[in-house]
Amino acid sequence: MATEILMPALSPTMTEGKVSRWLKKIGDMVRAGDVIAEIETDKATMEVEAVDEGVLSAILVPDGAEGVAVNTPIAVLGGNDTAASAPVAAPRAAIAAIPAAAPAAPAAPHAAAEQDWGATSPLTVREALRDAMAAEMRADGDVFLIGEEVAQYQGAYKVSQGLLDEFGARRIIDSPITEHGFTGMAIGAAMNGLKPIVEFMTFNFAMQAIDQIINSAAKTLYMSGGQMGCPIVFRGPNGAASRVGAQHSQCYASWYAHCPGLKVVAPWSAADAKGLLRAAIRDPNPIIFLENEILYGQTFDVPTDPDFVLPIGKAKIERAGTDVTLVAFSITVGIALKAAELLAEQGISAEVINLRTLRPLDIDTIVASVKKTSRVVTLEEGWPFAGIGAEINMQIVEHCFDYLDAPPGRVHGLDVPLPYAANLEKLALPKPDWVVAAVAKLF
Amino acid sequence: MAQAADGRKGRKPRLTNEPAGLDRDTLLRAYRDMLLIRRFEEKAGQLYGMGLIGGFCHLYIGQEAVVVGIQLALKPGDQVITSYRDHGHMLATGMQARGVMAELTGREGGYSRGKGGSMHMFSKEKAFFGGHGIVGAQVSLGTGLAFSNAYRSNDHVSVTYFGDGASNQGQVFESFNLAALLKLPCIYVIENNKYGMGTSVERSTASRDLSQNGSPWGIASLQVDGMDVDAVKHAADIAVAHCRAGKGPFLLEMKTYRYRGHSMSDPGRYRSREEIQKMRSERDCIEGARHKLAAFDVDEAEIKRIDDEVKRIVQDSADFAQTSPEPDPAELWTDILKEA
Repeated sequence: MATEILMPALSPTMTEGKVSRWLKKIGDMVRAGDVIAEIETDKATMEVEAVDEGVLSAILVPDGAEGVAVNTPIAVLGGNDTAASAPVAAPRAAIAAIPAAAPAAPAAPHAAAEQDWGATSPLTVREALRDAMAAEMRADGDVFLIGEEVAQYQGAYKVSQGLLDEFGARRIIDSPITEHGFTGMAIGAAMNGLKPIVEFMTFNFAMQAIDQIINSAAKTLYMSGGQMGCPIVFRGPNGAASRVGAQHSQCYASWYAHCPGLKVVAPWSAADAKGLLRAAIRDPNPIIFLENEILYGQTFDVPTDPDFVLPIGKAKIERAGTDVTLVAFSITVGIALKAAELLAEQGISAEVINLRTLRPLDIDTIVASVKKTSRVVTLEEGWPFAGIGAEINMQIVEHCFDYLDAPPGRVHGLDVPLPYAANLEKLALPKPDWVVAAVAKLF
Repeated sequence: MAQAADGRKGRKPRLTNEPAGLDRDTLLRAYRDMLLIRRFEEKAGQLYGMGLIGGFCHLYIGQEAVVVGIQLALKPGDQVITSYRDHGHMLATGMQARGVMAELTGREGGYSRGKGGSMHMFSKEKAFFGGHGIVGAQVSLGTGLAFSNAYRSNDHVSVTYFGDGASNQGQVFESFNLAALLKLPCIYVIENNKYGMGTSVERSTASRDLSQNGSPWGIASLQVDGMDVDAVKHAADIAVAHCRAGKGPFLLEMKTYRYRGHSMSDPGRYRSREEIQKMRSERDCIEGARHKLAAFDVDEAEIKRIDDEVKRIVQDSADFAQTSPEPDPAELWTDILKEA
């Protein structure tokens, strides 16, 4: 039985090529692996090997022929019974228009109004984070904490204080200063069903590991057709601290919020920290949990209910208002609340939204507020270009443009690497006055 | 029995060409599994040439003895993870040829329902953890699989394959440190096929003996003739016993060779045709196994029966890969996040 040798595709982009020259002639015996011809592709000249055995019985395209389309028969191998079966035409799935349910950005499920958790007691953000980890580790033996100085040193920022005593070195693991390696290791453990909490001493150092976070943790569920999950929490301080210079003072919110396959959480208060971290540890997906060093020592009232947990993907209205919406997350929630007080003195009623989660974004809460106030200013500590404010304001324009009485505004860190000098650093970071000025422009 | 080198004691690893002494049936199975990979990859190359497989496609032809020999030393539940040259590893772990080929053609019947492609397939059932496209990334992940075994105090091992090219990645050395520090049951297998894409080991790597790459951390190692399935199995037995006994990681450097290009669009100008033909004609692992089988009085009819069975499986997988429908457009939006 004769086998046709077809013009092969020799690169991902090749549609046609040139048969430079034949290295076998009619009548030659060809073995699998023999080079039979040289073909010039869009990238290079390649040698083509025979796949089957047999005598070359015909050459259909001569030396030097150009523009030969892929899959054109170029020769015939006559001979034995190993002929390849003809390709069966592929039934193509109906070409649909863009799938109907194609959200441009992930939307959070609409959650019920804030649950009343009853009695509270004061707690620092630092303690709230520690309590959240301890509670989840008591409940689930698969949860462990790994990071630099988390165990014997009791945490670089004392967030993991006391955990080694309670859970031992098997579950509270001091890592070497090798973010790339230990992050990849934790992701591998998560793929096999464990539930790691990876503490980055700061998110600045997670850049060493960002390939593993995006390419391995965020994408594997999709690439595996849903087989391989990655239940893991990456947490640590994010954003500017105080006079630690440009390499240690950066907000990564928009970097991670850009990526499908991740959830990105950014708590402000101690209650946020406790309730959201517990939810993050229970969540079956990779979670980026952006803390803030300056907030660690701040005290807030936190529900004492042992079951206290907050939903990921749901924003909180921290202060109700009617004239302008301030959308903030993490440390900028405090700035927004101070600005709201200053605005109140001027007779402007500001509504302050604490996003709590950046991906999936609770756009419903934002839109409902903007429809009420008709004016909006976003706040973030990070840089403006392709920032969180840029995304939120674009979504507002998409969802409720007709309700706006003024262009959406944004307050953000200045577009410079953060300087060290005290006066310069102060000039670069958002403050309540900037918010008041941004709001003034809307009236 | 070859002694594993212990870097801490400064002993050199030895090249072990020592056979495990595979019995007739095991050798037949090895022959069959290697042949299946060879024929499968040849068919994949054909389908690529026909435009039915897109993008990148990295064939394993020539290296079959490595994965087949190591798999013979494992037990169900031991994890396997590798790079993007992964079709052979999947078939060796027992994943179905149909599902692998259909993933190559991007069809619904593929292991990732068409959403992963050649470089990204997984099987929870066979403990195969991919299929990774970033050079070296699987080494940290495989170390994590070993970590999960240690954490659970079971006696499973994780086999983490990577190439000579990846062996220079920083995270590989970070992983060696972690595995040695935490005594993780991780078998690192360097498949040294002499070229990282088009750059020879001599031009990319200051280390002249990759089996020594773990020695600063005291990682026991062996250098192995990766073209001999019997020698591979012998070395794998040693590594597996070491890891199961809780002695920490083990490094195997497999001296092997790929006959085809790095990927389908590799013109192969960095090595001579003679070099390839010499390996093919003198060192081929399948021919070698066939030769050994003759000593067991395995007759031509039995070989022919295996050849036919393999041919049937491969042809069936190719037919399936062309008839399985493309994924439903709704698949675009599934498997991004799990329901919380």
